[in-house]
Formats: sequence, structure tokens, C-alpha cells
Amino acid sequence: MEQVLLEINHIQKAYGTHVVIDDFSLAVNKGEVVVIIGPSGCGKSTLLRCINALEDIQGGEILLNGEEVLKEAKNISKMRQKIGMVFQSYDLFPHKTILENIVLAPIKVQKRTRPEAEKEAVELLTKVGLADRKDAYPRQLSGGQKQRAAIVRALIMHPKILLLDEITAALDPEMVREVLEVVLSLAKAGSTMLIVTHEMAFAKAIADRVLFFEHGKIVEESSHPKEFFTHPVTERARAFLKTFDYETEQNS
Amino acid sequence: MWDETMIVMLLEGIRDTFYMTFVSTFFGYVIGLPMGIALTLTDKGGITPNRTVYRILDIVINVTRSVPFLILLILVMPLTKLIVGKSYGSTATIVPLTLAAAPLIGRMVESSLKEVSQGVIEAAISMGAKTSTIVFKVLIGEARTSLLVGVTIVLGTVLGYSAMAGVVGGGGLGDIAIRYGYYRYETGVMLVTLIFIVAIVQLMQVVGTFAAKKLDHRNQE
Repeated sequence: MEQVLLEINHIQKAYGTHVVIDDFSLAVNKGEVVVIIGPSGCGKSTLLRCINALEDIQGGEILLNGEEVLKEAKNISKMRQKIGMVFQSYDLFPHKTILENIVLAPIKVQKRTRPEAEKEAVELLTKVGLADRKDAYPRQLSGGQKQRAAIVRALIMHPKILLLDEITAALDPEMVREVLEVVLSLAKAGSTMLIVTHEMAFAKAIADRVLFFEHGKIVEESSHPKEFFTHPVTERARAFLKTFDYETEQNS
Repeated sequence: MWDETMIVMLLEGIRDTFYMTFVSTFFGYVIGLPMGIALTLTDKGGITPNRTVYRILDIVINVTRSVPFLILLILVMPLTKLIVGKSYGSTATIVPLTLAAAPLIGRMVESSLKEVSQGVIEAAISMGAKTSTIVFKVLIGEARTSLLVGVTIVLGTVLGYSAMAGVVGGGGLGDIAIRYGYYRYETGVMLVTLIFIVAIVQLMQVVGTFAAKKLDHRNQE
């Protein structure tokens, strides 16, 4: 039987009267990779930010392993450690070396020892091909390298689930691949991930399940990504996917 | 005029000026740094927004910043007497200097800490960092260049204030400049003290800028 890791029940998110997420529910199984796509400003990023309580919600509940994620709760630090997040703009600490960036939270938040944290940091950096850049500062790295380092920074906390928020959106096309390969290898290793992306080919390759999201609601959901990307059911999803398809545009 | 006593007096003036400036700036930060941190945290959009606390600190700083230093100096004389035991001399001047520096420092610290990008702060929050970790490791760590530039500016300002205190016998180079230049019409002595004051400000500026550059890892080559 599959084990539900993340459970989102009827959440509501609004800024004043502007509703961003409207009665949204989702269950993510352990080891599952769920990809959320949809037009800009549809609330995808907000959804991820709600999941680790960077944003508060106005209704509903978010459960991780049955435990509620609540912004004002006492255990929120513990909960956030279980929910790794990687941002579009990397958000590495500019005055800290890559190694310092990565070991800060394990040492300060999880109270692990420096040698142990550094050892694991180097192991993880080796996996993403950045071991030789551990003493560099973020500004000395390319966008792709920075994003790989940011992924390592999230991984070292041993999160139960990883939230990836448009992590390739700020990258040059050439660097997109090196980052996505890291994510693919994580998926193969069994990581549970919730991914917001505009890279359709990547979504197709990695997703166990695809959600097409618009105006704070799921418009279409598919457990057969290949199917979804070739034959979407809803008219809206078809129109959205068509904007990425330059070939048909030329031939029509 | 340029005998040994004069030189000794000038050297003592330099020593007293340094003493007043650095000690006052230090105590100014003891009060002003927490104020600046509190302002940053409690402002809307901060990590722990609290309108009441922010407003109170904001008003206190605005009011104390509006009092001209010379008036503050006279105003706090009873307090100075209470703390130091007398209201003249360089040690006594440290009290009003500290009180004048603290709100300025609070503002400078606030503006420095607010330069740290929201994204970086959120990254720390998302990893479960507590407010204290964010303040010391992220805010202060990442704003250190700007904080250091702030220290340099504060030192220059406090030194200027300390010279003003010379009017009421505050000690230091300013005191000498006023005593000789204003009361005795010995412009030569005044100019010499002025040169020293300018040189000290320059020195602090150079050291401060150099240190800030050394610590800046964002865009140096």
C-alpha cells in the first residue's frame, strides 16, 4: 500500500479579498514526484510557499506524516526542517562560501557537529559535481552551479519532501539541463518532490503525476504524464500546452 | 607658543578625542544595535511584525534625533552628574555622546539590515532557522559591509559632536580649539587642532572603507 506523506485538505489562501488558492486538496505519496504546471500568476508558487508556511493559510490544513504544518505553531521549525525548499533565485547567502551556506542550517538548526555536517556537505557537493567549488562564494558561480548548491543546501537537512519552485526559470538554457539532471537523479533515488516548473519536457520526463493549475484550482490532473502532454483532456490545458509547442505553430 | 606644554596638551587632546569617540560609539552600539534589530524585526514585512513596538521605537528615535546635540548636552547634565559625578571633562561627555549616537545607530543598523534580501531570509526560515539564528547569522552576517560603513559614519559624526562639547568644557581637541581659537584668539592653535580632527576623521574613513571592502564577498574581483 502506498503511504501518504503530504496531505493538503481544502486549503484557502487569499491576500485581502483576492483569492489565490481556492479549496485546494492534494495527497502526495512517499516517493512520488508531482509536477505542477500552469500560467504565471496562477498561484503555483504561493501553493509551495504555503506548504512550508512561508505564507499563512486562511482555511484548510496541511499535514506532513499526519502532523499539521502551522505557521504559528511551536513545532514549525521542526516541520520546516522536514520540508526542503529550493527557490527560483537560489537565495544563497552572498557573504558565505558554498560550504558555509550548506552547513549553516545543519549546525545552527539541527545542532549537528561541524565536521559531520561538512563531511556530508562535501559528499553531496561531489554528487552534484561541485566539490571543487566548496570554498567559492556564490558570486563566483554560474547560475546553474548556484542552483545545484541550493539543492544541496536543502538536501543536507534530510527533508521528507522537496519543494522546487521554478528552479530553472532564472537560468540560461544551457544551465537548465545540469540542474534538471540533478533533480532527475533525486527522483530516481526515490525522493518525494513537489515541483513547479515551466520546463514541459522536464515535467513530462520526471512526473509521476501532473497537475494543471489555474486561478487557484486544479483544472486537470493526470497520473499519466505522457498522455497528458500529448492529449490533454481539457480545452484550457490544450491551449496552454500549445504555447510551448513551436513545431505545430510552424506547420499549421 | 610651541613649547613642550602645548605639544603635551595637543597629544592629550588627541587621546581624549579618541577616548570619547570610541567609548561613546561603543556604548551607542550597545543601545542602538538592539534598537536597529528590533526595528527591522517588528516592521511590517519583518520576521515578527509588531506595529506597536515599531511605532514606539520609531517615535523615540525621531524625537531624540531631532534634539540638537548642544541642547541635549545641557539637557542631560543632571544625568551625566549622576553617572559620572561631574558634568565637564571627557568622561562626562561620553554620556550625552552615547545618547546622541544611539538613535542614529539604531536608524543606521535598521537601514543596513533591511538591505538583506527577503529571499535569503526566507531561505533561512524555510530551513527551520529560529529568529535568533536569522538575526545573528543571516541579517548581521549578510549586512556586515553596510554595518561597517555605518560604524565609520557614526565615528565621524560622534567625533564632530565631541568637538561641539568643547563649548561646555568637554575635553579633547574640540575643547582646545574653542579655548584657544575662540576665547584667546590664537588661530594658529585652532588650525592645528582642526588639522588633527580632519586627519582623524580621514583615518577612520580610510580604515572603515578598507575593512568593508575586505569583508565584501558580493562583487569584488
